[in-house]
Parts: sequence; structure tokens; C-alpha cells
Amino acid sequence: MIGQDPMKTGVQNKAAYNPTQARIQKTLFGLPITLLILILVLLAIYPVFWIFMSSLKGSEEFSLKPMWALPETLHWENYARAWTEGNMGKYFVNSVLVVFPSLFLLVILGTAAAFGIEIMRWKMAKGVNLMFLVGIMVPIQIVILPLFTMYYQANLLDTRLALIMTYVAFGLPLVVFFLAGFFQSFPREIIEAAIVDGATIYQVFYKIALPMVQNAIVTVALVQFFFLWNDLLVSLTFTSNPDMRTVQSGLLAFTGQYGQREWGPTFASIGLAVAPTVIIYLFLNRMVMKGMAAGAVKG
Amino acid sequence: MNKTLSDWKAILIFVGPALLLYTLVLLVPIVWSLGYTLYEGSPITGFEFVGIQNYLRILQDPTFLKALWFGTKFALVVSTGQVILGLLLALLYHFYLKNSSALVRTLIFLPVVLPTVAVAQMFSKMFAIAPQYGLVNSLLHNMGLDGYIQPWLGQADTAFWIIALMEIWKAMGFYAILLYTGLVAIPDETLEAARLDGAKGWTLTRFIVLPLLAPITISSLIFSLNGTLKVFDTIVALTNGGPGTTTTPLTLLMFKTAFTYSEYGYGSTIALGLALQCLVVTLLIVWRNRNGGQ
Repeated sequence: MIGQDPMKTGVQNKAAYNPTQARIQKTLFGLPITLLILILVLLAIYPVFWIFMSSLKGSEEFSLKPMWALPETLHWENYARAWTEGNMGKYFVNSVLVVFPSLFLLVILGTAAAFGIEIMRWKMAKGVNLMFLVGIMVPIQIVILPLFTMYYQANLLDTRLALIMTYVAFGLPLVVFFLAGFFQSFPREIIEAAIVDGATIYQVFYKIALPMVQNAIVTVALVQFFFLWNDLLVSLTFTSNPDMRTVQSGLLAFTGQYGQREWGPTFASIGLAVAPTVIIYLFLNRMVMKGMAAGAVKG
Repeated sequence: MNKTLSDWKAILIFVGPALLLYTLVLLVPIVWSLGYTLYEGSPITGFEFVGIQNYLRILQDPTFLKALWFGTKFALVVSTGQVILGLLLALLYHFYLKNSSALVRTLIFLPVVLPTVAVAQMFSKMFAIAPQYGLVNSLLHNMGLDGYIQPWLGQADTAFWIIALMEIWKAMGFYAILLYTGLVAIPDETLEAARLDGAKGWTLTRFIVLPLLAPITISSLIFSLNGTLKVFDTIVALTNGGPGTTTTPLTLLMFKTAFTYSEYGYGSTIALGLALQCLVVTLLIVWRNRNGGQ
């Protein structure tokens, strides 16, 4: 009772108050809720655990043992087979070669554009900002057919450039919007002082603005990483050559071809597709949650 | 000062590259797509002007209407599930777990960051019947409930619910965080005042917390509807629209029309239908919210 708000105690005392009964009620009420939370947490993480566990089983275990049984011996070779026979290694390299250049370009172009829109003074800034906003609302599906025609005519199908261009253009609206928000509350005095001291606008951008919005850039790049790494639609549409597939479209092809019988390597390849996001999330979970929530509220 | 900040060359260097790429890859194709609705054919077979024929066709196409209905039903079910579960979780985080909820929040958010294709593959293995029983059928078998064993993803009605279940499972943690941030923002004084007036438990939640949370709940609903109307990865990986076309939403119908049957014009018309569907749903909610708020 020490340190408790006297007002609160007062309210509780209004009703006929029986401490023992209240404690029992609290426990009875609390136990189901604790159980409920436990079940929810289990439901959220068990499937991930199940993938990992199943990825280490031998093929005979799938037919002889129930699906929830733990692996008897650890078949790490499932991963090796997924990596080489299942081509996951190749898909991984493709994803990395597409996702990271896209992220780099997105951040550079998006930050520069946001800087130009919010900090520079010109009449059409508002209009251009609005144009970027349109992109947040339009479903990607409406754009992919003309894009397919464009890439087909420019011989860009099955190239990394096509994927990179698409990812950057589709990601720009959110990145520009997010960073423009940060530049809006940016202290103008600093910029003015730098210009008075003789800095060019490029120096202001590179040496002052960029370092000051560093955290926002990391957040937005992180969120975009999850979008790009997890994309299926774009890579499925613009690549048909198996050598160009990314992890997600490769996984789809792999499970279609081999997944019917070879469950061990299939689970291993699912695990490989999931691993980067899980690892990054484990280390940066607070930032990821914050970034995604901020992106959603603004988007 | 003004001269430096309104230097046209600098503005062009900052905004130009982003704007150029964005215009080329997003804005031009939007207009182009609208133009396509008046044509039939594909870049490979060539295009032919057909006027408003695609629009006439779409209005009487049973496959389109079925996909439209599937998508709407799916979005309503999934969004309701996502937001209600998210709300429940957020209330649990804030009022029950209080400050010790960080770990639970982190764990329940985990499915949000997983690739949809991988999650869908995982679900398809969970509900598999052949060549071996998946997790669910295997469990049923061991509990002696063999009568309930079925091809979950091979039947239209069970497939619908499994796709819905997966989407709800994957995103509920996200909406929980979104609504939790809204809950945290409610000032303690407001809740304290309500408690002094004798409100607690369900009454407090129903008459104080939920109304204060309404704006962010509506945003969550719009966000969720927008996302689920565009469902694609999940369905491609789980059922590929089948059995037959029973689990085909507009996104997949458009994809197949264009890339399997090479009908770009009709595909674009379907895509336009999808864009309108998203717009109508959003406007309906905004309109309802405005009327309800008065």
C-alpha cells in the first residue's frame, strides 16, 4: 500500500471491499489472460521454430514420424542441398545485387529530393511533393503492364537494372515523404549560418543536412529493406530467366519443382529465405517496429 | 541567402534524378495503363484498338465479378480480424502487461517481417495432405480425429479461411503496435478522471479508451483494407487461385489475364477495377467516419 495513490484506494474502498476476495478475483482473472498471452506468443513464434526444426530432418522422418516431432539427427546437408541443388545460393546473390543497390539509390535520391522540396525555395515545390504522394496511393498492379512493355522494348527484361529501377521508383514516395517530414522541422538557422559563412548548397546538404537526418535515413532504409527483400510481384513479373531470380521468386519456383517430395531441403530453403529478415529483426527490433509504425501512420 | 536557396541548377540536381525516374517508371505508366484499356493484345502480338469493348466485357464477365467478390469478402474478413486482434493485443500490452510488455511485443511482431512467400510455403506444408500429412492433419490423425483430415487448401471454403488465417496471423502484431502507440498517447489524466467517476474494466474501455482510439483504429482499418485488397504473394504461393478460380482476387486475375493469356488491354481494365475498389473502400470508411463523428 505504501506509495499507492490515495485517490485510487479511495475508489476501491467505495465498493464493499474484501481484500482476499479481490486477490482471488485478480488471480482468477489474471491467470486466463496470462495463459492467453502465452498462447498468442507461442502462436507467433512456433511456426518459425517449426521451419527450422523440420529443415534438419531426414527424409524418412517425414514419412515415419509426426510433423511436430523433433529431428532425431541433425541433417545439416539439407541446407547444402537447398543452397546448391535448389539454387538458393544463386538466388541469394541475385537478391543482394538487386536489393542493396536499390536501397543505396533510394536513400540518396530520396533524401536529395526531400531536401530540395523542403529546404530549397521554389514555387513548384508543393506540386512536386504532391506528385510523389500520388505514388503512395496507386496500386502497383496498375503500373506493371505498361512497365513490362517499356522494359520489353528497351531489352531490359531479365536484367537487374529493370528490378532496381522499379524498386527505386516504387519506394521513392514513402522515402521522400518520410524525410520531407524530418526536413520540415529542420532548424533553418543552421543552414542560413552555413551559407553566410560561405558554404555552397551542396556542402550544406552533404556536411550538415545528411548527418543530421542520419537516424531517419537508417530507419527508412531498414523498412525498405524488408519491403524489397520480401517482394514477389516485381521480380516475378520482370524476370523469367532462372539465373536472374531473387530469393522469393526462386523459392516459389523451387517448391513448385522439388517441394512435393524433398521436404527437408524445402524447409531448409524456406529457412534461408527467412534468415536475413529474422537476423536483422533480432538485432534491431525496436527500430524496425518504430519505423514500420511511422511509415504506416504517414502512409 | 535567397539566391543560394532558390538556385535552379541546385534544385534540379537535388530533385531532378528522383523526379525523372519516378515519372518514367510510375507516373507515365499510370496514364499509359489507362490508354491500354482501349486496346487489346500484347507487346509481343501487337495491339488493336477496340474502343470501350473491354469495359463492356468486364461488366458481364463472371470471372471478374467472382474475383471482385472474393477480394471484397477476403478484405472484410481479414481486416476485421487484423484490427480486432490488434486492438485486443494493444489493450493487453498497455493495461495488463504494462511496462513489461517489450518482449511480448517483439515476439508477436516477428511474423510481420517474414517474407510472405516463405510464410505461405510454410502454411502450405502445415496444411498439406499429400504426399504426407502436414502438421495439422498429422495432429488430427494422432488425436484420433481422422474424420476431420482433409485437403485444406484443395477446397474452396477451407482454403479461404486458411488464407485469411495466414494474413491475420502475419499482420496482427503490426496493428497491435500501431494501436499501442495510440494507446500510449492517451493522457493518464483522462483515464484517471474516468476512474474517479467510477468507470473501470469494460466500461472504461468501451466509453473512454475506444472512442479516443477511434482515429487510429480507422487509419489501421484503411491501411489493412488497402493491403488485403492487393493480396497477391500469399495466394500465388498457397493456392495459386485454385481450386479452379475460387480463391482468385483481382490482382491474380489481372496477372494471369495479362501474362498467361496475353490480354494486356483487358488486364489493364481489371487493374483499373482494382484501383477503383481500393478507392471506394477508403472513401466509404472516411465518409462513415465523418458522419459517425458528428
